[in-house]
Amino acid sequence: MDANPSTSVFTEPRAEVDRQRRRYVWRRRGGRVGLYLLAVLAAMVAAGPFVWSAVTALKLNSDLYTATNNPFAFNEPATLDHVLFLVQDTPFPTFVVNTLWVGALVVAITLLFGLPAAYALARLDRPWAGPAGIALFFVYLVPPTLLFLSLTRVVVWLGLQDSTWSLVLIYPTITIPVCTWLLIGFCKGLPKDVEEQAMVDGYSRLGAFARVVVPLLFPGIVAVVVFAFTLTASEFIYALAFISPSAEKMVSTGVPTELIRGDVFFWQSLQASNIVVAVPIALVFTLLLGRFVAGFTMGAVKG
Amino acid sequence: MTQAPTATRPSAAPATGRRRRLGDREGPLAWLFLLPAVVYVVALVGVPFVLAIGFAFSDVSAGDPSYDWAGLDAYRRAFDDPVFWQALRNTLVFTGVSMVLIVLFGKVLANILIADFRGKWLVRFLVLLPWTTPVALSTVSWLWLLDSIFSPIDWILRQVGLLEGNMYWLGRPTLATASVIAVHVWRLVPLAAVIMMAGLIAIPRDIDEAARVDGAGFWRRMFEVTIPLTMPLIAVAALFGAIFTFTDMAVVYVLTRGGPTNSTQVLASWAFVRGIEGGDVAQGAAIALFLFPLLLAAAVLILRAVRRMQVM
Repeated sequence: MDANPSTSVFTEPRAEVDRQRRRYVWRRRGGRVGLYLLAVLAAMVAAGPFVWSAVTALKLNSDLYTATNNPFAFNEPATLDHVLFLVQDTPFPTFVVNTLWVGALVVAITLLFGLPAAYALARLDRPWAGPAGIALFFVYLVPPTLLFLSLTRVVVWLGLQDSTWSLVLIYPTITIPVCTWLLIGFCKGLPKDVEEQAMVDGYSRLGAFARVVVPLLFPGIVAVVVFAFTLTASEFIYALAFISPSAEKMVSTGVPTELIRGDVFFWQSLQASNIVVAVPIALVFTLLLGRFVAGFTMGAVKG
Repeated sequence: MTQAPTATRPSAAPATGRRRRLGDREGPLAWLFLLPAVVYVVALVGVPFVLAIGFAFSDVSAGDPSYDWAGLDAYRRAFDDPVFWQALRNTLVFTGVSMVLIVLFGKVLANILIADFRGKWLVRFLVLLPWTTPVALSTVSWLWLLDSIFSPIDWILRQVGLLEGNMYWLGRPTLATASVIAVHVWRLVPLAAVIMMAGLIAIPRDIDEAARVDGAGFWRRMFEVTIPLTMPLIAVAALFGAIFTFTDMAVVYVLTRGGPTNSTQVLASWAFVRGIEGGDVAQGAAIALFLFPLLLAAAVLILRAVRRMQVM
């Protein structure tokens, strides 16, 4: 344990070595226990509200609205009534369809604009590529809160208000900058020889990009698709400001505005909708976490 | 869009002589690749931004969208309303407190996420939930968690004997403030942790091992090796936490609607109340523009942190 060679383990008496070894083992064991405790605690705090949502979603009214009942247990049999109500008798399925549809279009637009831009910034050796990449990233930090009023006027002017098309048009302003940044990272991760080889084989630069680079970027593109879709599904202010008829609403605005009628909250259905949306997104993110981290850090590294 | 069909050619075609076709000239190609994205972003971020500044000095309203210069009238209307000052103060308090807590908890969480243990994937999944779920939806969870009558937190406090009746989390100004901050911290800690995790992964293994061999314990390595080395990313995490707290209105809108009596109103939600719900676009734009100086400062600091990272 000590850097000084004269007191290293080799010259110390056996008892001392044993004592130090035991101390080390205990410390390590203590560290492991602490780690598990912290991990469980973190998971409980993070997921607690969702567990509470899941339990609520399956409760009978009479169980839910008795203040003395244990809120975390089923004091009366569980029921799927409220989940069925959500699917059959509320516009929730419409919100899901709207979100998927807008999400798919926004993802397509993002890739169409972002892929070439990322390639140009990562690979085509322009002196302005570094600053341009950073500038693009900063656009992501310009918040919807600052722009929603003027964009609402723009949307009205284009005749797109109360239509999901307004979101298809505006959401890429959020997704293109951040996804291009991610894609720059993935492009830098590809070895340069790949394109050079393709060009030696007779492809033009453009051909090498379309036929060789894009297919190789596939894992990164998957990550970008997920990221762009999640940003689209999470956005709130634009969706709230541009659209008011319930048939055109997204999940993020429809749920908190349409499933609450005045003072009447459909609590179980609300919580069910929360779980239905939250779990799949988080699952996919968990699987792709390593890729996101790699993409974002690579983007900041000089190519 | 940018891919002219003539530019791709099969490998069999003769490559010499016609080498400098458009598909090969890197200068124009770089522009061609970049331009669509730049035009899109400038048209729908740059122009609206200038428009927002223009609106702040006008009398534009939802009822009368024609543009007339009105000087500082919108600002005067905003400043005369004490709610604006309340919203400004709240925004700064929420942002400051959340940022500190986000960094502290995020650092701890990053160290947990990077460690190797059984059930790691489940923990990662559960921990990412607050960040990946649309804010408006997870806030609905909190709305129910903090319900005035059926809050399970109240139930636990009652069982332990600390509470009779209810806390009315969202009904009292201090508790409502604490609740809004709690939701922000809860939803942004995972993001901060993931950013800091990226920093921890990037530390070369031998540095940590060298410190270990030199006899540095866990805390010493943490404070004298890891934290200094990952400082740029800790800064980036802090600033992201600040920006997302600072500019968000979904939490306040869903959780408290700015209440009780505007005690949790923030600039973003107040701009929405005035600009969209009240139809006073000019005043809404003037209020929202107050977000800009702080955003700019945060952006400059992030830029500096990123520069330091590249030096590293």
